[in-house]
Formats: sequence, structure tokens, C-alpha cells
Amino acid sequence: MDRRWRSISIATLFYWALWLVLVQSFDPQEMIAGAVVAFFVAFLSKGEPFTTPINCLLAPKRILYSIIYVFYLFFAIVRSNLDVARRVVSPSLPINPGIVKIKTRLKSPLGKMILANSITLTPGTLTVDVRGDDFYIHWIDVETKDVQAATEKIAAGFEKYLEVICG
Amino acid sequence: MAAHHLAGALLTLLGALFLFLGALGIVRMPDLYNRMQAGTKATTLGNILTLAGLALYHPSWALKIGVIALFVLVTNPLSSHALARAAHGAGVPLTEGSVSDALAEDLSPEGGEAVES
Repeated sequence: MDRRWRSISIATLFYWALWLVLVQSFDPQEMIAGAVVAFFVAFLSKGEPFTTPINCLLAPKRILYSIIYVFYLFFAIVRSNLDVARRVVSPSLPINPGIVKIKTRLKSPLGKMILANSITLTPGTLTVDVRGDDFYIHWIDVETKDVQAATEKIAAGFEKYLEVICG
Repeated sequence: MAAHHLAGALLTLLGALFLFLGALGIVRMPDLYNRMQAGTKATTLGNILTLAGLALYHPSWALKIGVIALFVLVTNPLSSHALARAAHGAGVPLTEGSVSDALAEDLSPEGGEAVES
């Protein structure tokens, strides 16, 4: 109970900060309305995604890896955009699609969520379903159907960082 | 014309180019899943470049635009994943020439799990 209310208050503060950045005004009316809305959103979502213990988020190594991860993800996104754009404009439409299965080492739900979304954002891969530790990925250019090899190709680069950030 | 206006306009133009390629991909790709690929990938960079261009053009909007870009980055993969998952559950077929469908294999009767129809 106690922990739940702590997550909800952290989430409320976070959403309120977002609101204030968006409205860019410190008018009392805006601030009160923002606080009310932020609390309702945090309450309805039970304080997600701030239910993990706070020491998990604030360790220096985790923060460092998070920053590296953002840059890593950004370059992966640029690469994936160029890759898919190239396929789209090629007259022969060079695709070799299929759904492959990969297995993740990550255990925490937050880590799995970030991994699944990162995979969707990057080169020709789209997370279709997640069942336990298995991710089913639609791959625009299937290089291998083997679970191990596909995991290595698609997820290993992200897992390296995510393992440290949130296990 | 100030330099940051020119740079902002060029970035926005580049973003529009990627958005166009995304739209072209949606027309050209053979099935739903490949269309989702084009719809997610090319548009993420298109959106971000367009927003970055706007931020350069109007520096006072930069903070707000940063929040919007973050929102796009978080919601874009969520919505395409939800669409692809729903389509697979509803039995939308992969295009001919697809290499494999590991999810359908794992869902088939001997796996013990019911196939959604």
C-alpha cells in the first residue's frame, strides 16, 4: 500500500512536470488543472512506470548506460530509416519477409517493454507478439530462422545495455 | 533570411521527404506487416526531422517540441505493435514468399495453445 502511493506520487510529479513544459505558463489555474489531471493519470495507471524501486533507477552506472543507450538507439533508428527507405525506392522491392522467434535474457517487465519497442523502431524488425521470454519478430529481410542467431542479430546490441539499466 | 531559418527549413524538408517515403512504402509493400514496417520506420525519422526543423525555426518552442518528439518515439512502436499483433491474431496472412511464421507454428494445436481465429 505504502509503496503503491509512493509510485503514484512520483508519477504525479513527473506528469505534472511534463504538463508544465507543454503549457509553458505558471498561471495558478494551469498549475492546479495540471496537478489534478496528473494525479488522475498516475492513479489510474497505478503509478506505472515508477513501480520499480528507486535505487534501481538512480545508480550512477544505470544512468550512464541509459544515456549511452539513447544515443545507440538514435543511430539504430537513423540506420533503420535509411535501410527501409532504400528498400521502398528500389524498383525490385528487395524484401525477404517472415516472422522469427527470439529469446531474451531480460527478466523485468520494463526491460522487456523497452526492448520490444526498441526492436520495433530499428532495422526492418517489428515486434508482433511477446510470450514470456519469447519475442516474435516480423523481419523484413530474414537472414536466419535460428532462434540463437536471430537473437544475436536483432536483440543482443540492446540487451547489453538494458541488462544493466533494468535487468 | 537568418541562418537558423534556412537550416530549420532544410531539416523540415528532409523530414517531409522521409514521410513521403513512408507513404510510398505503404502503397508499394505487399502485405500488412511489411506496410507496418514502412509506416513505422520511415515516419519516425520523418517526424523527428520535421520537429527538429521547427525547433530550429522557432527556438522558443524547443522544449515543447522535445517533449512531443519523445511522445512520438514512445507511442509509435506501441501502436504499430498493437496493430501487427491484432492482425496476426485475426489471421491476416503474410505475403506469398514469406520465409517463416514462427508465431503461427508455436500457436498450432500440438503446442497445446488454442489458435485464435
